[in-house]
Amino acid sequence: MTLAELLAERPVLLADGATGTNLFDMGLTSGDAPDMWNLEKPDNIRKLHQSFVDAGSDIILTNTFGSNARRLMLHKAEDQAYELNKAGAELAREIADAAGRPVVVAGSVGPTGDLFAPLGELTAEAAVDVFAVQMEGLKAGGADVAWIETMSASEEMQAAATAARNVGLPYVITASFDTAGRTMMGIKPSTFASEMMSGPEINDDERPTAVGGNCGVGASDTLLAILSMTEAEPNAVIVCKANAGIPVVKGEHVHYSGSPELMADYAGLAINAGARIIGGCCGTKPEHLMAMRAAIDAHIQGDRPSLDEIVAACGPLANPPTDKSDNPPPRKGRRRRA
Amino acid sequence: MADDEDDIILSELNNEELVEQMHQDLYDGLKDEIEEGVNILLGRDWAPYKVLTEALVEGMRIVGIDFRDGILFVPEVLLAANAMKAGMAILRPLLIESGAPRQGRIVTGTVKGDIHDIGKNLVGMMMEGAGFEVIDLGINTDVDQFLAAIDEHKPDMLGMSALLTTTMPYMKVVIDTLKEKGIRDDMIVLVGGAPLNEDFAMAVGADAYCRDAAVAVETAKELMARKHNKLASA
Ligand code: B1M
Repeated sequence: MTLAELLAERPVLLADGATGTNLFDMGLTSGDAPDMWNLEKPDNIRKLHQSFVDAGSDIILTNTFGSNARRLMLHKAEDQAYELNKAGAELAREIADAAGRPVVVAGSVGPTGDLFAPLGELTAEAAVDVFAVQMEGLKAGGADVAWIETMSASEEMQAAATAARNVGLPYVITASFDTAGRTMMGIKPSTFASEMMSGPEINDDERPTAVGGNCGVGASDTLLAILSMTEAEPNAVIVCKANAGIPVVKGEHVHYSGSPELMADYAGLAINAGARIIGGCCGTKPEHLMAMRAAIDAHIQGDRPSLDEIVAACGPLANPPTDKSDNPPPRKGRRRRA
Repeated sequence: MADDEDDIILSELNNEELVEQMHQDLYDGLKDEIEEGVNILLGRDWAPYKVLTEALVEGMRIVGIDFRDGILFVPEVLLAANAMKAGMAILRPLLIESGAPRQGRIVTGTVKGDIHDIGKNLVGMMMEGAGFEVIDLGINTDVDQFLAAIDEHKPDMLGMSALLTTTMPYMKVVIDTLKEKGIRDDMIVLVGGAPLNEDFAMAVGADAYCRDAAVAVETAKELMARKHNKLASA
């Protein structure tokens, strides 16, 4: 079943949880690429997907977040992009098909990690090629949809979206709003949603199936971004895939502060904020997803939440928006940027 | 913006105005103007170290504050960092020549899996400015690269940077390997990066956590002095 078909059947879908966090728990070493396990330790990846399906996920994301040639270069594996994506999609497909209910396989596509020209060296054309190789692999392995996530730069989102259209996969695109309520490149949630759902860069018959926010800082920050997206694009299908709280460094260990109860509250708030696809990102374990599944199934629609309600349930904003960038303090001696 | 604002002639400004204008130009990421400003100050017999700290580092400090406050975002910060780098390229050979006292040698790198380097580069520039010799291994540095550089350069210090919660534990991998090889105590190990804290630094076996570049320089100086005292009294 395609994502669009499942969305037509049900008001709200549950996506999955963290890949990195859960793979570290299975023994992945810091600095290593999780993606290599698609070939080296496929049973661990099956186990991860199975744990999400068992917790009630309707959508599972492939272990291919960093499987683009640019990112794989860090691990001298740039030649394996197609292969890693195909293997990753096959593993998720296998688990989804055995689930006994419709489970969508979403092919995860993360950023290259490179800066686009003129800030960096990557050109739009090169980026489209890099993403297309990844998505060909995902498609060949049986992915239903390209799931472009954790984006921050507009050029990179457009390149990934173009690649999905060229390869012929429906696509979802979510950004990470982690810097004063915007992406680190300075894009506001409302601007992002409108660019994707009604902007001139994309033809109307080629728009994403859904847009939204993922990762970022805490659940509260992401919920606030969702509110501004649903306000800007009330007809869009919105994805909310926040971290399970914020990372807390204790001694040499990092853990996420969000409990399953917090993530259950978060899921309810996300629905009230207008999101139709809800999941978790970093720190989200199967026990969090189970609590979210129960919350979604028992949910009674409420009003759009206020910031106060969000903060009361999910904690203070980790990196609150400022309007300072819209109204910068006056400066003397300012010159035009070259 | 009015055109006349673009027609500032740097060489006609007095020192104080010029330094202030350089802070503005750094903020706006104007590389050519920063190079020009550095050369003018040097021509007015400013010591390279004074140019570095008062014009460039202070300018970057302002950029850092506005980034923290959500006024600037990454593209602006990167342009500013590039402008600073251009100014630093002029100053570097002069700083070495002017014999800012050689404080010691440090090997730096961002750890494996991590490509963030703005902070590490800033630390490197400040260290050079303060008279340290910096051998920078760049980003995505694995333990073998660190070991090879230590073997080749016999540094007094090792400085590791990580900006991701997923890569910071790699610092422990490096330090554990140094211990295994019995060379951990041959050098001072400094660590830094936004997600770290003091506690983490101690838990992974580093000598110190450095909150920012200024702290890194102070800590490096202090630990080097302690090391020398220890050697002298031994
Ligand atoms: C002697 O040894 C020492 C001593 C002191 C040391 C030291 C070493 N190192 C640092 N210090 C200290 O001194 C410095 C100077 O005062 C200080 O250095 P800092 O580095 O702290 O400070 C710098 C001067 C300025 N700060 C920075 O340069 C970092 C800023 C933020 C916005 C940031 C940037 C710029 C970038 N990023 Co990235 N990025 C973020 C950052 C969010 C934030 N607000 O901090 C962070 C770190 N990024 C993040 C992420 C997730 C990512 N980034 C990525 C990519 C990028 C860019 C390429 C776009 C760019 C980096 C460009 C570059 N050349 O470095 C990706 C990473 C790819 C990879 N494998 O590394 C990617 C994974 C995005 C993605 N989804 O793919 C987040 C990490 C979250 C986490 N839990 O770990 C993040 C916190 C943003 C967020 N979500 O809020 C001190 O820490």
